[in-house]
Amino acid sequence: MRRNRRLAALSATLLVLLAACAENAPQDTLKAQGPIARQINDLMNPVFIVAGLVFVLVQGLVLFAVIKFRARPDSPEPQQIHGNTRLEVGWTLAPALILLAVAVPTIATIFDLAREPENPVHVTVIGHQFWWEYRYPDLGVVTANELRMPVGRPVELTLNSDDVIHSYWIPALAGKQDVVPGRNNRMQLIAEEPGHYLGQCAEFCGDSHANMRAKAIAMTPQDFDAWVASQRAPSVKASPGTAGEAGALLFSQKGCGGCHTVEGVSEGTIGPDLTHFASRTTFAGSIYDTNDANLRRWLRDPQGEKPGNAMIIPGAPLTPDEITELIVYLNTLR
Amino acid sequence: MAIVTPERSGSPALQQPLNAPVRFLRRPTGYTKGLWGWMTTVDHKKIGIMYSASAFIFFLIGGLEALLLRVQLGAPDQTFLRADTYNQLFTMHGTTMIFLVIMPLSAGLANYLLPLMIGARDVAFPRINAFGFWVFLVGGLFMYSSFFLGGAPNGGWFGYVPLSRNIPGHNMDYWAFGLQILGIASLTGAINLIVTVINMRAPGMSLMRMPIFVWMSLIAQFLLLFAIPVITVALFLLSFDRLFSTNFFNVAAGSDPLLWQHLFWLFGHPEVYILILPAMGIVSEVLPVFSRKPLFGYQVMVFSGIAIGFMGWGVWAHHMFASGLGPVAVSAFSASTMFIAVPTGVKIFNWISTMWRGKLTFTTPMMFAIGFVAMFTIGGLSGVTHGVVPGDTQQTDTYYIVAHFHYVLFGGSMFGLFAGAYYWYPKFAGRMLDERLGKIHFWLMFLGFNMTFGPFHILGLQGMPRRIYTYPEGRGWDVWNMVSTIGSFIIALSIAVFILNMWKNRKPQEVGDDPWDARTLEWTIPSPPPEYNFKEIPLVTSRDELWHRKYTEDEHGRSVRREVVAEQPKMEGTEVEPSGAEGNATPDHVDGEEAHEGSGEEHEEHIHMPSPSYWPLVTSLGLPVISYGMIYKTWAVAILGGVLTVASLYAWALEPATAPEDTPVHGPDTSGDDLEAVPA
Repeated sequence: MRRNRRLAALSATLLVLLAACAENAPQDTLKAQGPIARQINDLMNPVFIVAGLVFVLVQGLVLFAVIKFRARPDSPEPQQIHGNTRLEVGWTLAPALILLAVAVPTIATIFDLAREPENPVHVTVIGHQFWWEYRYPDLGVVTANELRMPVGRPVELTLNSDDVIHSYWIPALAGKQDVVPGRNNRMQLIAEEPGHYLGQCAEFCGDSHANMRAKAIAMTPQDFDAWVASQRAPSVKASPGTAGEAGALLFSQKGCGGCHTVEGVSEGTIGPDLTHFASRTTFAGSIYDTNDANLRRWLRDPQGEKPGNAMIIPGAPLTPDEITELIVYLNTLR
Repeated sequence: MAIVTPERSGSPALQQPLNAPVRFLRRPTGYTKGLWGWMTTVDHKKIGIMYSASAFIFFLIGGLEALLLRVQLGAPDQTFLRADTYNQLFTMHGTTMIFLVIMPLSAGLANYLLPLMIGARDVAFPRINAFGFWVFLVGGLFMYSSFFLGGAPNGGWFGYVPLSRNIPGHNMDYWAFGLQILGIASLTGAINLIVTVINMRAPGMSLMRMPIFVWMSLIAQFLLLFAIPVITVALFLLSFDRLFSTNFFNVAAGSDPLLWQHLFWLFGHPEVYILILPAMGIVSEVLPVFSRKPLFGYQVMVFSGIAIGFMGWGVWAHHMFASGLGPVAVSAFSASTMFIAVPTGVKIFNWISTMWRGKLTFTTPMMFAIGFVAMFTIGGLSGVTHGVVPGDTQQTDTYYIVAHFHYVLFGGSMFGLFAGAYYWYPKFAGRMLDERLGKIHFWLMFLGFNMTFGPFHILGLQGMPRRIYTYPEGRGWDVWNMVSTIGSFIIALSIAVFILNMWKNRKPQEVGDDPWDARTLEWTIPSPPPEYNFKEIPLVTSRDELWHRKYTEDEHGRSVRREVVAEQPKMEGTEVEPSGAEGNATPDHVDGEEAHEGSGEEHEEHIHMPSPSYWPLVTSLGLPVISYGMIYKTWAVAILGGVLTVASLYAWALEPATAPEDTPVHGPDTSGDDLEAVPA
């Protein structure tokens, strides 16, 4: 009994050490920041402890046998033991019972997590190679890369894909769910504190799978409502004499509108909707913070920065001046 | 003592087939040496060596791929590899290690050892056996030719549709066709080994007297027999989608991509047990020998292996817990996944009990076997945590999973295979490997392995997904990735020590029949064994036959060496070949009797071995030709390949198993060729 307690203490220490390693790991699954992720960890922690105990038991037995029963000059020939039925029955039943004890709460949790949430915010998430599109059908908002959500209210995600299988994952808030073309998978997220929660696509989806990141931004309900209102308002149009005029012209000359929607300007649907581009904190599948330097890198060589993505600038590469003008224009799309 | 002369001829009159055999080259004989001898051999031992040597070369290639991946991931934002190159390398690393390394290494060991362990002179279908090897080799080379022909497969070893359907270029065509070719190799090999074990056991070798490695290999072969057709169906559909724009996996035409996942994992999970069961068998042979005790709970070990084989078919959807199957299906597969841990756990406890109160000597094979038990336990425990579905939605597709299956397949299968390599090396090669270098190999690999894959548990739980070619700073993954990369080079160093060990011990030594004081029949015959394995087919009276010939038990149940090694019990007619070779059973045992009586040489026994043949090799060469023709839609080439295969099948069918002109030569036996002579 005392020994068991010591073992439990040892595995608890190991878990703490493991958690300590995870300092500054924003995608750490062990640091739950919402009730769903926490429910998963509450189920897993005892399982990890049991696994730790079995680990110590088995490795202890192996080590003990290796030390105790090693051949010595005076060791006699061992007794030829062929087996022991009671032991066999014992170590068949014991693991079976332990696993039964794990299976019951597991299945209870599976059904619990599958329940429909109450009064959720509905969001349709569409996976693209290699970025996320978010549509809020009840709110009339379309955005990309960043999921905006109010704290304290469940967000019901309906997941669909435009091309191949992706997997949507914000580790601090919930486990992942595959995004399968032709199916409408669902999952829910609940955040408790405002903040930025990082994640990324978890199913291999092609060349830039590594560059398909995700971000959920949880906001107070007031901030969320304000955000919705601003997204529903038209973005400022670049009119003659304003800063973005030259860039706006380039946007249509270079054919950007063929892929990107800017409300009132173009209706492309291949790339992200750019109507409120400058209101987002990241772009290009959330691999960049939105700032001029990153935009410059991106517009100079989108294929080099993110191999295999769909953004191909027709004709000659953009000149530095053209890029500057486009950046000025993009910054007006608030 | 009788002088044994391999006898290759029968009476030509009786051997004449209905039609004259088709041939364009002189048929090699049992005394054909050199490269041509290896290329045409039907000797299961040479085929086993060729499997192992080819698989070892693929192991080096797959390991090199892994090193490149680790260099790329050693630090954040690296640009050592381009995204597409990385994706090709991780796809080929997985495909190689599974299909071109662990499977053929297990096949090679089984090929070499199963006949020896059951007291047979050859396998049931020697030419099909050779065919299986050549198909494996050309399949592997075909897949690797893609590196020089536009790019290697890049859609992952699991080839999920629609991605694998949509990827442009021929990369995934090579994957789909290559795996179909390799499937033929596995299927023919499985049928051959199953028939061999069922039909060709020596008298007295009842099923429950079979060495445990034979049992575990037999179960793995049955799994192959049923699993390969499933992936073949999936690959066939995928090939048609890619080549002819059929709609099996076309979402726009109403297909559900989960169909592929179900088919793939319905193969893929039994495949896991195909990879681990032979290694479990090896460990179950090695632990008793170096504990000087019989395997604890032999019957339970056999039945838990069978139980794993059955239950392995009921857990496939645990690879799909995040696919959206719904809570009912997910719960069922969660429960089945947990309960497959029971027979596995039983095995672990039996291994420990085998060592318990034994007299343990820590030879290199023993150290690898103990390493297997320790490392495989870790993989088993993390496997149970995957069964807890809500937790698995966090773990799946992260490095936690990568850690899990490397503990199972490297810490498990590869450690087991290295235990087997060191254990049987004297039997294969007629020379011992150096124990000091062997132990350096073990400790370096043990250290490197845990440094490489241990941190993956932490990285996965910290949210690092699999199959990413790069990651940014600030995710907290930098340190452990660097540790892992350093560890991977330590593994590489340990492999270099292994190669050095083989190189330093390349000269034949006198190792004797039974250098380890072992328990099973393969140690009753010379090292390396003669072509015909057994001068006389052994009569088996107990499990661990050799041990019981050497030892008896005192009143306390302790072993006592017999004063005189018990003589092999004599049997009537043991000089007769145990069964007809291949389908066209020539009545050669009748010839044998006649030859025996007619020869007038009282002390000479005539052992009929099937003659070598180049048709298995030629037949296998048609398969990549068909595949190239299909991939590039050059129908003439595809038809040419088809004609080549069908024509050589006919020529093969018309060729007698034993060539009439393969006359007896009282020459030196030819089975001791050097391992280095293997054509790569």
